[in-house]
Amino acid sequence: MTTTAFLDDVRAATERDGEPRWLRDLRARGAERFAAVGFPTTRDEDWKYTSAAPIAELDVRAISEPGGEVTRASIAPYTFGQDGWTTLVFVNGRYDGELSTAGLASAGVRVMPLEQAREEMDDVLRDALGSICDVEQNAFIALNTALFADGAVIHLGKDAVATAPIHLLFIADAAAAKGASHPRVLIVAERNSKATVLESYVATGEAVYFTNAVTEVSLADGASVTHLKIQRESPRAYHVGTIDARQGRDSHFVSFSFATGAALSRTNVWTILGGEGCGATLNGLYMADGTQHVDHQTRIEHQKENCYSREVYRGVLDDTAHGVFNGKVYVHPEAQKTDGKQENHTLLLSPRAVIDTKPQLEIFADDVKCTHGATVGRIDNTSLFYMKSRGVSALRARQLLTYAFAADVLEQIELEPVRASLEELTLARFTGANAAA
Amino acid sequence: MLKIQGLRATVSDKEILKGIDLTVNAGEVHAVMGPNGSGKSTLAQVLAGHPAYTVTGGSVEFDGEDLLEMDPEVRAQKGVFLAFQYPVEIPGVSNAYFLRTAYNEIRKARGEEEVDPMDFLDIMEQKLKMVEMNDVMLNRSVNTGFSGGEKKRNEILQMAVLEPKLAILDETDSGLDIDALRVVANGVNALRRPDRSTIVVTHYQRLLNYIVPDFVHVLANGRIVKSGGKELALELEAKGYDWVTGPQGAAA
Ligand SMILES: Nc1ncnc2c1ncn2[C@@H]1O[C@H](COP(=O)(O)OP(=O)(O)O)[C@@H](O)[C@H]1O
Ligand SMILES: [Mg+2]
Repeated sequence: MTTTAFLDDVRAATERDGEPRWLRDLRARGAERFAAVGFPTTRDEDWKYTSAAPIAELDVRAISEPGGEVTRASIAPYTFGQDGWTTLVFVNGRYDGELSTAGLASAGVRVMPLEQAREEMDDVLRDALGSICDVEQNAFIALNTALFADGAVIHLGKDAVATAPIHLLFIADAAAAKGASHPRVLIVAERNSKATVLESYVATGEAVYFTNAVTEVSLADGASVTHLKIQRESPRAYHVGTIDARQGRDSHFVSFSFATGAALSRTNVWTILGGEGCGATLNGLYMADGTQHVDHQTRIEHQKENCYSREVYRGVLDDTAHGVFNGKVYVHPEAQKTDGKQENHTLLLSPRAVIDTKPQLEIFADDVKCTHGATVGRIDNTSLFYMKSRGVSALRARQLLTYAFAADVLEQIELEPVRASLEELTLARFTGANAAA
Repeated sequence: MLKIQGLRATVSDKEILKGIDLTVNAGEVHAVMGPNGSGKSTLAQVLAGHPAYTVTGGSVEFDGEDLLEMDPEVRAQKGVFLAFQYPVEIPGVSNAYFLRTAYNEIRKARGEEEVDPMDFLDIMEQKLKMVEMNDVMLNRSVNTGFSGGEKKRNEILQMAVLEPKLAILDETDSGLDIDALRVVANGVNALRRPDRSTIVVTHYQRLLNYIVPDFVHVLANGRIVKSGGKELALELEAKGYDWVTGPQGAAA
């Protein structure tokens, strides 16, 4: 496997100075790990259905200058028409202060690019960065840790409530070609704080590039964080992203992963319910066509009593697209009264589309309620006939039923402008229309 | 308008319709009655073009064209409408959107201009009143979570909006209370015109007090065994189906 380009980047990065000792140590651990293990192969259980070879063989280098021609007009389609939101814009992986907007300020809520956080929130960074997401657990996280140059830090003080959503918008244009970026996001939610954070990965062109993101979320007791990830990378891009959360007592973590972009994407959503009475809701929608490959790996670890987890992932695959869904739920012996539900439903629009779906429940407590269900289907003929009997053409009926299948899980998104926008996007995808259903 | 001759149909290799002859002229209302399992729904579904049923013989002409040759959506576009005995739930597609799509697809097929959402809403307002339905139903998914009565009303709403030339009502009355029954009948009667026809499939005579048929046919064991005027329905009500079908007919 050719990981040379990445190793060159790592070498260049370790020679970089001007960073505090703790950070250099953290990076060194990542660098060493990556150099030692390299990218996973399909012999690796977690990578059985997704080959990382196309990424390993990419001839891409870490982007140091953003370049590109991204303007306010080019980001407008991705901001949900919300001027009041705090929006940090990253162009080709690098923070762009000009395009970013401060939005409405909330007491106790600090949102800033990583570089600024190094100056102003060194304590927060030093405590949390790399403490949630184990630097050594896989090659992509190790690589991100060795190389991250930009990203964002969100700190929610005790009892702080972010009144408006916080949007981290990563946009790539033609200048991203042959580039790699390793965005790093840290969300620290202190006791009883609350926020909604969006992480968007979008593109204005069709460049080949690689995004390798890591987002760490720390939820203290009673904290509540909603994280919405929207992956609409260039159709020729490669995207690997990990969202890793640690939850304290009575905390609530809600995640939604929307994925339609990239030639190959892999999204990990992991959380540890590490205190009593907490809950995690992990939902997602993936839609792929052509030769796209879209992989979601979720892991919910129930460590303590009386916690719940809810998970619904839906997928629509066309042409020769390949989807992968793996939902792990791990219930520790002391996690009695765990209440877990997991569903994965995939609609195959073409006989050559493939889904590998695998629920994986490992339960070591005896007093638990855990269920899972996976369905893989095609358009329902009864519904199809009913619609046709009303004069709706076969094509249009299929489109509407496909939209309905996908939109079902979008209803889970509480943030109205995002839900409406994703519904419209989904409708347009299947009907070519933009009227709201 | 509709001319059925010697129609035979099977489902899962079992013959259900064994030679049906039925002619419906413009402006007429025909009632098709018969015991459970006699093939009433099969006839209705075959006319609508359900792919599960295979036509093995006979012919169906609609306005001089071969109906059986047409895809289900073409039949609807030409003016055939079936109110389903068991309306289908379509989670995720709102009633309003579905109806507007159907309405516009039919207009498009007829070379007419599509109607925009605002104008369509005006059309809907009026039709909703006719079936005494609340407009919150428009934003709910098609038939999803509707009660039995709501589903039947929704079928009539669709019919009222699409204004078919030939409406086939498959047991739209079953399970309805008297108020709902009146609503259904009003919907059908409001649509009556010299150039439109209706086939009312029913098990009971009750609905025919409100929708008065010109002809009544008794279907038993896949065949029409008796035809007559509206008084035949009353006679059936009084004497039971055994009177025309014999006890073995009812058991089929
Ligand atoms: N899809 C089907 N598959 C198998 N048998 C069917 C199907 N539809 C109808 N039948 C059978 O055909 C016969 C007539 O049914 P149907 O037309 O529904 O009668 P009716 O509407 O008069 O009660 C019944 O014996 C029924 O079991
Ligand atoms: Mg029936």
